[in-house]
Amino acid sequence: MTGAVEKKIVRPYGDTTGDGMVQLSFTLPVPHDKRAEGAAIQLAGKMGIDPAMLVHAKQIGDGYTFFVVYGRVNHLVDVSAVQVVERDYPLLSAKEVNALVKQKLRRKLSVVGACIGTDAHTVGIDAILNVKGIAGEKGLEYYRELKVTNLGAQVSVPELVEAARVEKADAVLVSQVVTQRDAHLHNTREMSAAFREAMPAGKRPLLIVGGPRFDETMAEELGVDRIFGRGTTPGEVASYLVHALITNRRARA
Amino acid sequence: MTGKLDLDPALVARARELARRAGQPVVDLARSHTTVSVERAVLRLAGVTGADPDGIPWVNRLVDAVVADVGLGHGVAAAVFDALAREQITDVTLLAQKAAAGSVRFRQPVGKDATAARRAARRAVAAGIRRIDRRRAERERLIKRYGDPAQRPWIYLIVATGDIYEDIPQAQAAARAGADVIAVIRSTGQSLLDYVPEGATREGFAGTYATQENFRLMREALDASSRELGRYVRLTNYASGLCMPEMATLAGLERLDMMLNDSMYGILFRDINPIRTFVDQRFSRQVHARAGIIINTGEDNYLTTADAVEEAHTVTVSQLLNEFFAHEAGLADWQLGLGHAFEINPDVPESLRLELAHALLARELFPDAPLKWMPPTKHMTGDVFRGNLLDGFFNLVGTMTGQGILLVGMMTEAVVTPWLSDRDIALQNVRYVLGAAGGLHEDFVPAPGGFIQQRAHRVLAEAVRLLERIGEQSLLTAIAEGTFGIMKRPPDRGKGLDGVARHEDDYWNPATEILEGARA
Repeated sequence: MTGAVEKKIVRPYGDTTGDGMVQLSFTLPVPHDKRAEGAAIQLAGKMGIDPAMLVHAKQIGDGYTFFVVYGRVNHLVDVSAVQVVERDYPLLSAKEVNALVKQKLRRKLSVVGACIGTDAHTVGIDAILNVKGIAGEKGLEYYRELKVTNLGAQVSVPELVEAARVEKADAVLVSQVVTQRDAHLHNTREMSAAFREAMPAGKRPLLIVGGPRFDETMAEELGVDRIFGRGTTPGEVASYLVHALITNRRARA
Repeated sequence: MTGKLDLDPALVARARELARRAGQPVVDLARSHTTVSVERAVLRLAGVTGADPDGIPWVNRLVDAVVADVGLGHGVAAAVFDALAREQITDVTLLAQKAAAGSVRFRQPVGKDATAARRAARRAVAAGIRRIDRRRAERERLIKRYGDPAQRPWIYLIVATGDIYEDIPQAQAAARAGADVIAVIRSTGQSLLDYVPEGATREGFAGTYATQENFRLMREALDASSRELGRYVRLTNYASGLCMPEMATLAGLERLDMMLNDSMYGILFRDINPIRTFVDQRFSRQVHARAGIIINTGEDNYLTTADAVEEAHTVTVSQLLNEFFAHEAGLADWQLGLGHAFEINPDVPESLRLELAHALLARELFPDAPLKWMPPTKHMTGDVFRGNLLDGFFNLVGTMTGQGILLVGMMTEAVVTPWLSDRDIALQNVRYVLGAAGGLHEDFVPAPGGFIQQRAHRVLAEAVRLLERIGEQSLLTAIAEGTFGIMKRPPDRGKGLDGVARHEDDYWNPATEILEGARA
């Protein structure tokens, strides 16, 4: 979409257009009394709810009170001015990932994962690869059409390259948690250099690193295809794999 | 059999017999192998405590040193106590420190030396087991003094702040709000550590570490709560993972009351080597049996990966296997918190009746086990209002089918770790349902030949068919070929395999000797 978008102002809808009604619940760390109820209304007021109706207040334990507030919010939103950051690949369900791999790749997509260097923190790679997964989302092992080889912790770069060759890896996932003396950056550079040396551009697997301290914009500098930061879920990784290897495949540098 | 489902007793007996046949080769395997974690548990019972400055426990250092000199297959107890005699010291932890420094060599003693070493080892391990016995007696005394919860199911709540000193006030608040059982969640990934961390911990991912000191701190706090509330508040942690035997030992020593302990969870969901898991599991369950700990099995996990209707029978099969392994290890029926879960897609027609059928089937197959009833997770979407209703139906099925332990469902499942208010709303939900319908199980008798009976019969029949298929190969082959969940787990792969050894002819384990002797 280009050009000026017509302004579109909206407010919340309760039961009449433009009534601005919202509901809200929260807990304050005070026992339930008149003053606590006043505090809840004051908070609602500061959030732009006026008038605020306190419809429910209940003490929890010794020193906390739970409130439910209904009221009219005086804020407006301009839908035309909303800015959203688009992910550059669509988020797919496990079913969709499996279907795309099956139809388009017509074989299992091979993924090799490891923690490299002296890093013994497998929590990241396990969260992404193990069936158990993270935050209620199953890991890549759960995907029928992915063949996952998890090499675990303290894997040397030559071992990783060899495993990637043996498993005919389409993608290599490396997790780095330890960041002392920038170990995560050194290890990643060493890893990407080793793959560049060992395999020609067209045969090289997709190189992905992840860890809580990576800057997601440094992929090129580190010689990898993608960096995933804190809070990444297996579904995001799987969706990216399909995007990069199947639906949007193009020659990589 | 309570008889609400009119199950065929011959078919039920056949299911048990098939589970025995599938499980027996695994038991034989467990009886002929040991693992580093089993041996470390033996040394913990014998009194090795603490960790080196890097946080590696002395039991790990000691077992590693013995293995380096004489291997794992003899069992480490005789070699350790032989070295103790030669060094002329009595403190096993001191021996571990010397071994770690490389100043002690180990040998496999023979003749008189072996007899003396075994006698000393047995005495030391027996003292450890007596400590577990005393903790069990203490629990029984406290239950007599403060009493059990007034109602069934017991209300089971989770705390998971990632800091033991935050977990404690949360657990006490939860007990005051009505929780009968507190489960302290471990850090993600602890199950893959091949050692048990030491000391009080204030860190972790989505929970803090299970350590002996954290066990002790939390038990002490809940003892205070029990006193205050006039009912014994139980404490739960996890025995799963690479250190099952040690976790079970520490739980026994610190008077935990329940432990998550599944026969196949580690294999399927954590890719732990199958042999390692079965060997560790058997020893850990022998310790639980002695400690009077109730195990909680993990069948709910199958339903989070597979379809809860199509795969309902895999839950039954796993429950039967868990029961067989548990009985074989010496656990009594009252210690079997066999798991299952309310995970059918609520959009499936008659989903509530299906849930009732499955839950009642478990109840009737295992009439004396305190079944662990797990709340919906897979179909909790972030729509907290719908989630709260779903939890209400979960609670209703729990009380109508006489479940023993009810893990309280949170409407914010899959959204945030539970807030104070989420927990309060969830407990209000439980209290309302148990208060309004706590006796409904007396009136709830499914129509003969009706939907619920038919569904239960069908699931049982499918379970028997699957057990027949497993029996034709073996449980290990079935696991290798991906029969449970969809994960293929061959016995020569997976984590922790290098810590497994076949028994040598002179393998000796004083803990197993005492634990098995006690059962005769």
